[in-house]
Amino acid sequence: MTNKLNNIYVKNAALVAGKLEKEGPFGKYFDKSYDSYNIDESLELSEVKLGKDAVDILLRKTKLKKDDIELLVGGDLLNQICATSYAVKNYNAPYLGVFSACATSMESIIVASSVLESSDLKTAICLTSSHNLAEEKQFRNPTEYGYTKPKTATFTSTGGAAILLTKEKTDIKVTDYTIGKIVDLNQTDPNNMGAVMAPAAADTIYNHLTSLNVTPDYYDLILTGDLGIFGREILKDYMKKKFGITLENYNDCGAMLYDMENEKEITAGGSGPVCSCLVNYGYVLDNLKKKNFKRVLFVTTGALFSPTFVFQKQNILGIAHAVSMEVVK
Amino acid sequence: MRDKKYQEIVDKHKPKENRISNMIIAFIVGGIIGLIGNLLVDLYTYFFHISTTEAGVCMIVTLIFIACLLTGLGVFDLLVKKGKMGFIIPITGFAHSMQSAILDYKKEGPVYGFGANMFKLAGSVILYGVVSAYVFGLIRYLFFGG
Repeated sequence: MTNKLNNIYVKNAALVAGKLEKEGPFGKYFDKSYDSYNIDESLELSEVKLGKDAVDILLRKTKLKKDDIELLVGGDLLNQICATSYAVKNYNAPYLGVFSACATSMESIIVASSVLESSDLKTAICLTSSHNLAEEKQFRNPTEYGYTKPKTATFTSTGGAAILLTKEKTDIKVTDYTIGKIVDLNQTDPNNMGAVMAPAAADTIYNHLTSLNVTPDYYDLILTGDLGIFGREILKDYMKKKFGITLENYNDCGAMLYDMENEKEITAGGSGPVCSCLVNYGYVLDNLKKKNFKRVLFVTTGALFSPTFVFQKQNILGIAHAVSMEVVK
Repeated sequence: MRDKKYQEIVDKHKPKENRISNMIIAFIVGGIIGLIGNLLVDLYTYFFHISTTEAGVCMIVTLIFIACLLTGLGVFDLLVKKGKMGFIIPITGFAHSMQSAILDYKKEGPVYGFGANMFKLAGSVILYGVVSAYVFGLIRYLFFGG
């Protein structure tokens, strides 16, 4: 489902990142970074802190006070999206928790924009966070447990990202969004999430383009969330074979975020809800502000993955949500 | 597109894992740990004048202690990255799996935390270890006279 937004703009964004993210090519776009994974008492509370920091920095950057927040929408990967809920508890603002795994950031923008358009509210903050070790502990093995990862396994990014949407006119307009469908192509390997999410991304991109009746080169850049370097190739190939569309001005945030030549541990790229934000809300928004890009399509991809369902021999489901942004004069 | 055709695309873009080299590394590293274990048994029997069986137990305790200590210091997982499964398959891996789980669930307290979770990875090993020991013990008793 594709929908047009008439009056939603991006005011500003704030990014907090971990050490490896900071050392990557987009390090200069982050407002704050932490060298250690132990930011707070526990790994889970460390993720809470990342989200809280992102909102605090965003308030400071936009000169808003705590009480000025009209709506908070956000989510993360921890069970019951607790990291986001605990991060926003002290802001005393209406809060909607959303979940689409690593596609949460665009889902939160879609929800917040729709609420803004249909109400008297003027601003909304979308928040997401992830923490490498907190996610490892929940989904995989204990954090100190050593094992050999397959090359297709992605690396959960550490960070928090907040973006302020407003009805007041700015340079960057949120133009359209597409809500993705769940795609299940019999993928069962939790170490190859790129293969799970690529068809969902392809489906969403295709639906978005056909609904708006445009070709991929309408956008200066199409960015998927966290397919990784192998998933990126699968998407290009699948897109060509299934829909006959060649993606040229396309890249993947997970494949871009890290300095993978020097960081041998990261074999396929980054993942996690914050991975796409660290590229989208930093590098891409900055280039939109500088008018280097005119139109950009963000397609965040999520694997709706539960270890319980996988152990019960169920497939891993993929989903992708798209939001396009445009520079206005 | 059928699922099979999609699987073809996925397989086409799947990188080759270095299975052979991983196996060779694991074989050598695992072998070295075995060698260290044997040397320890010899040392214990020579210096403490104890039987080989008792020295074997002491050797196991020593290796478990070293593995747990290295896990606590945060070194063991880095060693596994270099030495692959060579560090995991011997008794060191078993100790490591328990110690790493304990470290992770420290914050949740002694009962709901590490008490409930320390056998998260090692539980299956213990269960099937005991069951197979029982089965093979029974076979040996019944067919080969104990």
